[in-house]
Amino acid sequence: MSDKMRQKAQILDKEGIRRALVRIAHEIIERNKGTEKIALIGIQRRGVPLANRLSGYIREIENKEIPVGVLDITLYRDDLTTLAHQPILRRTEVPFPVKNQKIVLVDDVIYTGRTIRAAMDAIMDLGRPNIIQLAVLVDRGHRELPIRADYIGKSTPTSSKEIVAVRLQEIDGQEGVFILGEG
Amino acid sequence: MVQKKNLIGLEHIDAHEIELILDTAVAMKEIVSRPVRKVPTLRGRTITNLFYEPSTRTRTSFELAAKFLNADVINISSSASSVVKGESLKDTVRTIEAMGTDVVIIRHPMAGAANLLTGWIEASVVNAGDGAHEHPTQGLLDLFTVREKKGVLNGLKIVIVGDILHSRVARSDIWGFLKMGASVSVCGPATMMPVGVERTGAAVSCSIDEAIKDADVIIMLRIQLERQKAGLFPSLREYARLFGLNSERLSLAKRDALVMHPGPMNRGIEISGEVADSLQSVINEQVTNGVAVRMAVLYLLAGGGDA
Repeated sequence: MSDKMRQKAQILDKEGIRRALVRIAHEIIERNKGTEKIALIGIQRRGVPLANRLSGYIREIENKEIPVGVLDITLYRDDLTTLAHQPILRRTEVPFPVKNQKIVLVDDVIYTGRTIRAAMDAIMDLGRPNIIQLAVLVDRGHRELPIRADYIGKSTPTSSKEIVAVRLQEIDGQEGVFILGEG
Repeated sequence: MVQKKNLIGLEHIDAHEIELILDTAVAMKEIVSRPVRKVPTLRGRTITNLFYEPSTRTRTSFELAAKFLNADVINISSSASSVVKGESLKDTVRTIEAMGTDVVIIRHPMAGAANLLTGWIEASVVNAGDGAHEHPTQGLLDLFTVREKKGVLNGLKIVIVGDILHSRVARSDIWGFLKMGASVSVCGPATMMPVGVERTGAAVSCSIDEAIKDADVIIMLRIQLERQKAGLFPSLREYARLFGLNSERLSLAKRDALVMHPGPMNRGIEISGEVADSLQSVINEQVTNGVAVRMAVLYLLAGGGDA
């Protein structure tokens, strides 16, 4: 992130993030008619705490434990050589078989769609799920692939020059979704 | 961050880079343990195994590592190539590069061969053993295996026993373990100890019983049976008696000491069959970890930067 980027707006605060996730938890249960065979997979890094929180909210609502996996998609990206000097791999840990499961992928922001495409490739290499759904906290538009989210916390039209910064307690020590821009 | 384009030895890379390779190998090991061991990371890249010496495990390990990352792999052995027609090393690698290879993995009987290549070609060069110089990926997989089992490297006592003079594995292990904060002792017959080895920072001993006392890790090196003809030690039986690792000797080390061997083993000479198959032996895990470590190296050299 450039030093010139300044905070232009806050689109979600702590309470807003909580409400959005609780609503998504309800929607996941409703659309899947319960929690049978549902598993969540968070995309590194901020998708992981979001998936853990969603699992917690679903447990509060349905009193059912939903397994959570962690996925690093670095090795599946189609822009690897342009990821100059940041080839750091993080952990992938999906401690349950994905075969015949209903997998809900969880990420913080959906933008071009390339990360999600890579994540779907990565999941397919682990097995053949019955269905893959996508939950994101923020949809900021500008898709480059025909991919859409099933569950969206907040849709926010942005300029491609702006950055949507999601900050979560578990990683950043603060909560909020911000739009950053130059000048 | 690995700034370098090549991996020639562990002498000239720093602890931070070693750490990155080991951390990357953790992620790679998860892929190796999957039912479908394949990721698309190096799709479209070509990796050439150029082996001027016979090898089964190292070449296969590099080949699998490249294939798990979806690279195309070409295997060239000197006996089945134009090398037998008298083609020079320089012409051979330039030909390979002209065909569009991204990484050349070279094993050569001459120390310094891998380093020479880096001046001739643009492709990344990985040293898979050059003479008695270094074998960096074996050193890295040894570091990885010990870190995985012990949790840390810093502060451990590592003992390397055998023909230190002719061992490229020993050299890479010495550099690697010392850089990561472990202490290293080398032990072997005086005729197989390189002059000035103590300048690396390793302690030297000619008594295995003394050397392995309180050791956390014992790395046994293969006695190259052809060396025996050179008269560097009187007989294999005497070598086994003075420097072989058996259960009785192993009890001098820490109770949870790891036993390692780069393979192939001469059972009954440098290591007893009982020790090789004991619970303390991690020899088979070294082989599995070798693939993960080589995947990490190929990824960092060919996938991460502008290879």
